[in-house]
Parts: sequence; C-alpha cells; structure tokens
Amino acid sequence: MTASLRLFLPRDTTALALGADRVAAALAREAASRGLPVELVRNGSRGLFWLEPLLEAELRGERVAFGPVDSASLPSILAALAANPGNHPLYLGPVEEIPYLKSQQRLTFARAGQGNPLCLDSYRKLAGFSGLERALRLDAQDIVTAVTESGLRGRGGAAFPAGIKWQTVLDAPGEQKYIVCNADEGDSGTFADRLLMEADPYQLIEGMIIAGLAVGASRGYIYMRSEYPRARDVLASAIERARARQYLGNNICGSGRAFELELRLGAGAYICGEETALLDSLEGKRGVVRAKPPLPAIAGLFGRPTVVNNVLTLAAVTTVLAQGAAFYRDFGTGRSRGTIAVQLAGNIRRGGLVELAFGATLRELVQDYGGGTHSGRPVRAIQVGGPLGAYLPESLWDTPLDYEAFAGINAMLGHGGVVVFDDSVDMAAQARFAMAFCAVESCGKCTPCRIGSVRGMEVIDRIIARQAPTENLALLRDLCDTMEAGSLCAMGGLTPSPVRSALAHFPEDFS
Amino acid sequence: MDEQTEDRLTQLIAQYRDVAGGLLPLLHAIQDSLGYVPVDAVPAIARGLHLSRAEVHGVISFYHDFRSEPAGAHLLQICRAEACQAMGSRALEAYAKTRLGIDYGGTTTDGAVTLEPVYCLGNCACSPSVRLDHEIHARVDAARLDELLAGLGAVTSQ
Repeated sequence: MTASLRLFLPRDTTALALGADRVAAALAREAASRGLPVELVRNGSRGLFWLEPLLEAELRGERVAFGPVDSASLPSILAALAANPGNHPLYLGPVEEIPYLKSQQRLTFARAGQGNPLCLDSYRKLAGFSGLERALRLDAQDIVTAVTESGLRGRGGAAFPAGIKWQTVLDAPGEQKYIVCNADEGDSGTFADRLLMEADPYQLIEGMIIAGLAVGASRGYIYMRSEYPRARDVLASAIERARARQYLGNNICGSGRAFELELRLGAGAYICGEETALLDSLEGKRGVVRAKPPLPAIAGLFGRPTVVNNVLTLAAVTTVLAQGAAFYRDFGTGRSRGTIAVQLAGNIRRGGLVELAFGATLRELVQDYGGGTHSGRPVRAIQVGGPLGAYLPESLWDTPLDYEAFAGINAMLGHGGVVVFDDSVDMAAQARFAMAFCAVESCGKCTPCRIGSVRGMEVIDRIIARQAPTENLALLRDLCDTMEAGSLCAMGGLTPSPVRSALAHFPEDFS
Repeated sequence: MDEQTEDRLTQLIAQYRDVAGGLLPLLHAIQDSLGYVPVDAVPAIARGLHLSRAEVHGVISFYHDFRSEPAGAHLLQICRAEACQAMGSRALEAYAKTRLGIDYGGTTTDGAVTLEPVYCLGNCACSPSVRLDHEIHARVDAARLDELLAGLGAVTSQ
C-alpha cells in the first residue's frame, strides 16, 4: 500500500473568497476517482494572497507549492505530483524558497500557514507556548521589564511603548485588572490581525496570558469586529481547546495561576477600534470615545486598570519572552524596534503580508514585493496607515518604514496598511471620501468630527464643482485645522491627514 | 411579537442578564435568532438588563449591524473602503444598485436581497470584496456579482 499524499490548502478568508473550499471538494473527488490516498490539511494562509488558493504538497519531506489553483487545474497537478512536478505551469517550487516569503523576516508570522491553526500539538511543535513557559518562571516585574527592554511599541497605530503601558497597569492598585485585545481591525488595507487570528490563534492567546501574568490580570477580552466571521470561528474554537488543555482557566499549565478569556464581537462601528470607544462597547454601551485622562491603564474596562493592546502587539510579546528582549530589539531602526507587518493592498499585483524589520522603504515594498499595480498602469498614490493615513506621491516613496520618519513627512505607519492606487485615481474624490467616511463613522461626541466631516464633504463638493475655489480651499484648510486641533480622538484629529496630503501632493486634481 | 418569539426573547435575556457588559452579545444573539431586533423587544431587554429603554435604543441605533426591521432573505454587503475603491468598487456599487433596483439600505421587491455598504472585510489584497451572508468573495466585478446573485436563484428584480 502506498503512503498517502499529504496536501495543504488554506482555509483562510482570502483563500476561501477565492474558492479554496471548491478546490478542496474537487480535490477529494479527483483523488477518490484516481484511487489516490490523500491527506488534506486545511492550514492557515502564508499571506501570499495573490497566489491563493495556494496548494502545497509534501514531497520527500519538503513542501512544494502550486498556485493559484482552481478545480480545473487539479487533475494535471495530481498527475504532475506523481511524475515531474516542476513541469507544471502552476508549480512554484519549495514554498519556503518563494522569494516573496524567503526574503521576509518573519517573527510573528513565522508559523502562519505551516499547519492546522487549531492543532495545539502542531503549535507546540513549532515552539508555541515557549514564551508562556518562560513567563511562568518569572515574576511580574521581570516580564514587564523584558517587554520594556524589547522596545516593542503598540502595533495598532498609535505606537505607544507597550512596556510603559504594562508598567502603569502593574503599578496601579486594584484587585481586578483586565487585558483587552483590540481586534477591531477596521482600517482599509489591513488584514494582518485577521491573518494571525486565522492562521495562528494560539499565539494571540499565549500573548494575552503572558500579559495577564505580567500585570496581575485574571481576565481578558478579545474585541473582534463582526466583519471577520472566519476569524471568529477559528478563535472561538481555539479558546475552547486552550481551555480544555488548561492553558486557560484556574490553573494555567498547573501553575496555580488563573486567566480566563472571552471573545466579544463588535457590531460594525469603525470607531470601536479607538481604545476608549472599544471599552465602552465592551461594557455594553454605544461606542463613544472617552476623554483621557484617566488613561485606560488606570481606569479602563469597568473602571479597572486595563491593558488595551492590538493583536500584533500581544502576539509579539510571545517572541520577546521566548527569545529575549535583546533578540527582538536587534531588529529595526531608531526607535522603531522589531518587525512590522506590512499589508500590501488595493491595486497591486502581488498583494499580501510582508513582515520585515522596520527600515525598508515603501518603494521596495510596493515595487519589489508588490510588483507594481494589478492594472499594469503606473502607481500614482499610496495611502499608508488606513483611512486616516496620508496619500503619498512618488517623491516620498523612499521614506523608510519607521514611525519617526513617517511622522517627519506628515504621515503615519498606523497598522501597516499600504493601499496602492494607479493613475486613474481622482484624488479629490479620495479626499471627499475621507470626510464622508468620518461623517458615517464618527461617534458623535465632539463637534469638529461630527459636524466638521459633513461640512468638509460639502466644501470639497463645492471645490470639485469649481464654486469659488480659492475661498473654499482656504475654508477647507481652516476646517482641517479645527478638526485636527479640536477633536477628542484620532478619528476627527486625523481625518484631515488624507485630505491635506491629497491637496498638497495632488493639487492638479482640485483645480 | 408572537408567543414563540417572546419565549425566545425571554430565554436570551435570561442567558445574558448577568453577563458583564452583556447588551451587545444579547443584541447579537437576538438578531442571530430572529433576524432583527424588534422594536417591541426593547422594553423587555431594558427591564432584564436594568437599563432604560433609551439606553437600549441608543445602543441599537448606534451600531450599523443591528436592524429594527427584518432584512431580505440574503444580505449583500459591498466594501466601500479605499483598497476596494482602488480596484473599481465604485463601479461595482453603481452596478449592484442598478441591477437590484435599490439603494443602500434597500431590499429588492421580491424580498430576496438587502444591499448594504461595509467598510472593509479584511480581504484587501484581492479587492473588490463583497460579503453575501456569511461568505466573503474576492475580485468581484459585475459579471461575478451576477453569478453570485444567480446562485441565489430568487432575484427577480432587474
């Protein structure tokens, strides 16, 4: 009897959106009709999304890839696997030798796509829980110190030093403290949190347990957006399995320490990605932004000291604990330490996730990794950092990806989303959209955001209609000043950023 | 509300009344079960969770997900965010509205499809994206949208 052929096909949102389940069903039929014993592992995605559905086969201990595959290509792929795989037109070679993947510096996404995301044994085999094991041997202050020394800054967008936040919560008095994971990844062009939660959910769980041990919190919440049905299913199962194996509960790994974790869903409000609005939402209220102070670290969820961190920040903590603060800090540049998960999106030929040490340039990412536009037309503008991020013209594409360097060009890295537009883009329409989006998603608490965004749309409409353009452009700039200076949070405060950058770098679209 | 709906509601309220910050999970559970959150349910929810009716109404109306009226048999959401715009979603939106004969927030006359905007489905490397019920679809153009709608079999509106 022949050993069964081991194949891997992702069950990630993007792979599914491109037909991975249809391919899996066709594969089962095709294998049965050939009498070929096949073991199909539904892995997470490696984040090379332009190749999805990416089929991998284990041949003599090495995984080789084919992609993008569809049902029609399966008979020839199965035939090629039995003879000479290299001759197949969709053959990509050993998956880890694909240059897009090989040249990355994957720390947080090292496991993504390797195995069944829900298999705890596979997670352990790939060095999972080694950060937690180390944390269980340390006292709370030593864990916090390691995170501080790693230089890790919040990956959600604000880039606040994680160690300082944790120290504040550790030092805050109180019996009940909380760990809250912000998984409300609402920025257009971002999918790193989703990919991590779907491909390696235990890493997030591990990071949250470590955070709990570090600050003395026995309870955690993951606040995930409702637009991620697949991530929700994966993470909900992962939490159950982790609990069943005592990674969660009253006696984590037999240590006598407790940590309980609950998954909560948002309800389609972008503003709930703002940490204080998120906390109100978790409390069952409208997602309205709170004034700071008090900081959530002092009075957060239900008024208790709370760590609120993004998915990738909590995930990175596992690397810091497992491999040491110095190991993590040695990646990166200036005050931006470690790696950044860049997400190449929009009009791009090779869209996907690229994890690299801080410091690479936008041009390298969009041209070398991304391969230019999907349409084949020239790239005209790149929006970095989500809907509140600046639109950058070619003259700024050599800026290194580093928090300070981006601040220096009136832009931000945010959560690492890179959205590419070709030369058919109308930048006045994009500026108008920034205001329109703010009008739809503003929580309504402060006037510059709630009313300013509506007035902003109207003013841009008048500029587009050539009504008193000089006066209206002056009015728009004045309105941007007001929103920037007078809004309570980044929603109203940063909506001017895409508008101003469109005006500054693409003035021809407004005249 | 009929008796069966009221029973279901009572059951769900009992399930979430002692959950800290339980209003959102409760509203999700009601909507998952009934398809919407009936206006008539607000007083019972408020009593159960020790909130005012205004507070409950305020939460329902704040979040885009919650609806006070039943939707069509299928929910079609088109991503309006920037990554999808860069790949032609504005044309796709216009096509969908014409094809279905409705604007955002509307339901086709046969009750088959409700059309809504969504701001990002996290599928931004393979835009434009749409969500049809619980499935997300990538690289959707007018022809692909027609295929998806044809798969529903019941959209008579042209």
